[in-house]
Order: sequence, then C-alpha cells, then structure tokens
Amino acid sequence: MACAIKEKEIKEKVAEICKEFNNDPKELIAILHKSQNHFGFLPKEVQTAIAETIHIPASKVYGVITFYSYFTMEPKGKYPISICMGTACYVKGAEKVLKEFEKQLEIKNGQTTPDGKFSMNTLRCIGACGLAPVIMIGEKVYGSVKPEEVAKIIKEYE
Amino acid sequence: MKSKQIKIALRNCGHIDPEDLSDYIARDGYKALSTTLSGSRETVVQTIIKSGLRGRGGGGFPTGKKWELAAAVKGDKKYVICNADEGDPGAFMDRSVLEGDPHSVLEAMAVCGYAIGADEGYIYIRAEYPLAIKRLKIAMAQAKEAGLLGQNILGTGFNFEIGLKYGAGAFVCGEETALIKSMEGNRGEPIMKPPYPAQKGFMGKPTNVNNVETFANIPAIINKGADWFASIGTEGSKGTKVFALAGKVKNVGLVEVPMGTTLRELIFDIGGGIVGGKKFKAAQTGGPSGGCLTEKHLDTPIDYESLKAAGSMMGSGGLIVMDEDNCMPAVAQFYLDFTVEESCGKCVPCREGNKVLYQILNKITHGNGTLEDLKKLKDLSEIIKSTSLCGLGQTAPNPVLSTLNNFYDEYYEHVVEKKCRAKVCRALIKYIIIPDKCVGCGACKRACPAEAISGEIKQKHLIDQDKCIKCGACYQKCKFNAIIIE
Repeated sequence: MACAIKEKEIKEKVAEICKEFNNDPKELIAILHKSQNHFGFLPKEVQTAIAETIHIPASKVYGVITFYSYFTMEPKGKYPISICMGTACYVKGAEKVLKEFEKQLEIKNGQTTPDGKFSMNTLRCIGACGLAPVIMIGEKVYGSVKPEEVAKIIKEYE
Repeated sequence: MKSKQIKIALRNCGHIDPEDLSDYIARDGYKALSTTLSGSRETVVQTIIKSGLRGRGGGGFPTGKKWELAAAVKGDKKYVICNADEGDPGAFMDRSVLEGDPHSVLEAMAVCGYAIGADEGYIYIRAEYPLAIKRLKIAMAQAKEAGLLGQNILGTGFNFEIGLKYGAGAFVCGEETALIKSMEGNRGEPIMKPPYPAQKGFMGKPTNVNNVETFANIPAIINKGADWFASIGTEGSKGTKVFALAGKVKNVGLVEVPMGTTLRELIFDIGGGIVGGKKFKAAQTGGPSGGCLTEKHLDTPIDYESLKAAGSMMGSGGLIVMDEDNCMPAVAQFYLDFTVEESCGKCVPCREGNKVLYQILNKITHGNGTLEDLKKLKDLSEIIKSTSLCGLGQTAPNPVLSTLNNFYDEYYEHVVEKKCRAKVCRALIKYIIIPDKCVGCGACKRACPAEAISGEIKQKHLIDQDKCIKCGACYQKCKFNAIIIE
C-alpha cells in the first residue's frame, strides 16, 4: 500500500516536471536534471514514469542516465563526499586522500555508508586546481587536503 | 615577471562586476555588436578570418573559416552554439570567463549569429558549474532588458535569442557532434563527419559551434581590429592563449600569454619554478588528449604547430607541471584510466583498444611488464590513433606515445630492472630499515598493519619483505629517518 502511494507521488511529480519542458523528448536531459534535483537520485520507478510521460522507451532513459556521470541511480549519503581526481589533484596525491577516506569510512569509492550518512565518489575536475588536492563535502570545498587531515574532516560531520 | 601576460580573453575578469551590465558597457561592452550590426555580414566574417583566430577548445580550426562555411550554407534556420562543456581535467579558463565576464560570450554569440545568419543560440554548459550558470542567467536577462539580445536588437531588425542547455558529465561531449547529440536529449555519441555541423547540426540545421575562450576573443578583435590581433603571436597561431598552470609549480592559476611564449617562461618566470626546489621533469599539455613535454622542450615557443610536432597538443590549455616524484608510466596509466571511462563505446578501436593499452600499462606499473609490451603499446597506440571515429579516440594514446618517446628509460627500468625511480609504483619499491640509524624505538613495529616488522625494543628492527604490503605506515612513523624506500 505504502509503495502504491509512493508510486503515485512519483508519477505526479514526474508529470509536473515533464510538463515544464512541454513533454519534449529532446529535453530529456533537462528533465533528468530536474528529477534528480527533486528525488535525489533516479531509481527505476522515476525512469519508467519519465519514459511513459514523454512517450519514449524506458531503455532510452536508462541509456542516457548511464551515459552521463552526473546522473545516479543510487541514493547519496546525507553528506556526499566528492574527491577530485583531476590531473592536478592526482599529481599532488589525491589518490592517498581517497584511500584514507575509504579506510576511515570503511566503504569503497562509489558507495554509501550503511547509516546513510556519507557517500563517496570521485570527480574529474572541479576547476579548483590551485587548491589541489581538493575534496567537496556537500557544497563545502576543502583545499590542499592531506591524508592525515581526513579523520578531522570527517569528525566535523559527526 | 607577470608583464609577459597580455589579457584579451580574460580582459574583463576581475575588473568588472559580472552581474552588472553597465560595468561591461563601460569597458566597451556591446560596442563590437553595435559595430557589427551597422556593417555587412561579409565584413564580420572577413575580419575574423584576417585576425587568424583559431579554435581555443583544442582543435585549433580557423574560426573565421568555420563562420564562413556556416554563412555560406543556405537555410531558413541556423544555430550558434557555445561549447562550455569544459571537461578537461586541469583546465578552468572557460569557467573563469563565464563567471567573470559572461556578457563578452553573449555579445560574441550575437555577433556570430549576425555573421552566419542565425537567430538562435545555445550555451551548452556543465551542470557542475552552478555559479557560471547563475551569472549567465543574470547576464542574459540584463542584455534582453537592455535590447542587446532578443527581438530587433539596437533597433536594427536583427533578432537573436540565447538559451542554456546543461551537460551532465561526459568528456566526449566536448566533441561538437557529440555535443549536438547531447543537446538533442541523447547519449553524447559522436557521428561521422561530413556532414559537418555547419551543414547539418543541431536539429538538422546548419550550426556553428565555438568554445567559450574563442568567443571571448571576438569582441576585442572587432573593437581593436584584425591587424592588432594578428600582430600578437606566431606565424600560424595568432593572439594569446589562456593556460591553467597547475601541479608542482609555485604559482598556480590562469595565465594569458601571447602564442609563442616558451614553456620556460610559463613555468619558471610566471609560474615561479618548481615547488620545494625539486627538479622539473615534465609538463603535460592538452589534457588527456595531449602529451608530456620535457626539459628539451622548455625553450620551444608554444603554439598549435610546435606542440603537435612535440607529440602533444594545445588542447584547451591545461598545463600540469610534474617533478621527479611523478612516475611517467603511472601518469600515462592515469590518463588512460580517464579515457577508458570516458570513451562513449561507439567505435571499437577506442572502446577496446584503449582498454588494452590500460591493461598493458597496469602490467608494467605492477612489475609484470616485458620489453615486448613496450612495443605492443606503441603499435596499438598508432592503430587507435588512425582508426578511431572522433577526436577522443584519435588522441587518447598521446599520453602513452609521448611518455614512451620522452621517457623510454623509465619504461625500460620498469620492465627490465623492475624499478620505479619516482618510487610511485608500489609493486616495485621496497621499504628498508637502515640498521645504523635505527634506535629500536618500536614505533614502526606498532604501526605495521601486516606484522611484517620484527625486533625487540632498543634492538635493530627488520622488515620482512614477503609480509610487507608496502603501505608506508612505518615510513611515516619513523622519527629517525631510518626507513628508506628503494
């Protein structure tokens, strides 16, 4: 029952979003952006609802979502941690910072902690190469991060 | 030594309030558009051709020629697209222009629209650039309000509307045909050229695509003249280029210098040299499509041709400086990891070939490489370059080839001597305790997660190489510099 209500809610919201873009299949990427902003991620239910509303195959929606790294089918943690692995960050030791986060949080890159608090992913470049290595937690940027500072940074969110 | 810089694309960044149209107008803003609209379409195209401006997004195609092609195609509907999908790791000049001087891009797009006969433009921008998006939206609303965009611009009867389209994190979308696919709501997979976008682009209509930095040069060229612009730079590459200086260099950030400036001037004069007095080893230009330049290239004047001749490319202008602590096969592997992930998967050489290149590099950095692998790397790289569909695949092996050419010694050491001189490849290094320096404090033994260190307190300690997992914990803990990496 609870599930049916949720599905109805999803369908209504998706219909509302698609309508903003005139149910135009050419606006699929814009629709996905808006849907991800609202739901936090793009689960199967949202994908099929979009496909039905704008009359395209669900496989096409899935194809587009999996093509672009910005879209995710997994829920993110309350505090999403993004570690920049751009070249400047890489040459300045971002890999060690990544390893330290994995060790401290006991999750692998791309996963979310069981309590849903932290999730981790790597980014290609956030254009803050002057601060390399850079990480972001939510909207907050941490520059020149050293592996030994990782524990302290995580503590800020506990 | 900052005087070597000449700012054209970045002329307004930091000097104006990007959210205030009158600030832009006070610095000759929209003057170029007004000049353009009072002349013929042909004049604008000829001015840009004469200036010698070439695409700043990486390809280096002459901008004026591109406009001329799009202008020559007959069509009731044409589009101007600004490529702001800056996905090159280590490059952030486009973001800087969009955040610091959004009107210059809007103005240039309108100029281009007039030149090629388009009344609609789109900026394809990364969703990861929220501030740039916000400022563009403000600028677009202001320009429209002031009659500088929209219907009947400056009372001349010329109409030009600009909209935003968002990217979603796919490097290949920087390629113009992939970008257009993405704008149409599809997976960003490139298509065969011809037809070129100038003939059949967005929605099947003639389309001109230019990069942000290219557009940012346009108003300055029109205001100051093609001759002025062409007087800066080298024979084949006119004007300036913005570089994003990053990595192991003292002064990091964006610099704009005339084409033809040498790497030495960029890294040692403007960049202030290498951090911590280390030795310069390589400069990587052109992002994942480029290559590594070495000490012998330091005095080469940088332009499109010289970088290509040196096995690299201009790319969007990322310039990452590396020192002796960076391992070149590992750097090549890093770039391949990127291309393998970003390959759209449409054509076989890029999808499968790069994966194999990555696997061979992985073998080498893990100490299992052979001399034969080095030959395979080279042969396969050349096949991928000559048979891939788009620019991504055609340039993906560049980091491999350029490091192989310039740092063959290092590859040789990895595969024959099983040594990594930069001490980066874990499989090829050893942590060793120097008996003379060890005081037997036991700190390393307590830190070791693998119980690989033996020794009693106040006695010399020893690392069992078979048990050692090379995590480096002991190395960090030792206060007496008694542990070395070999």
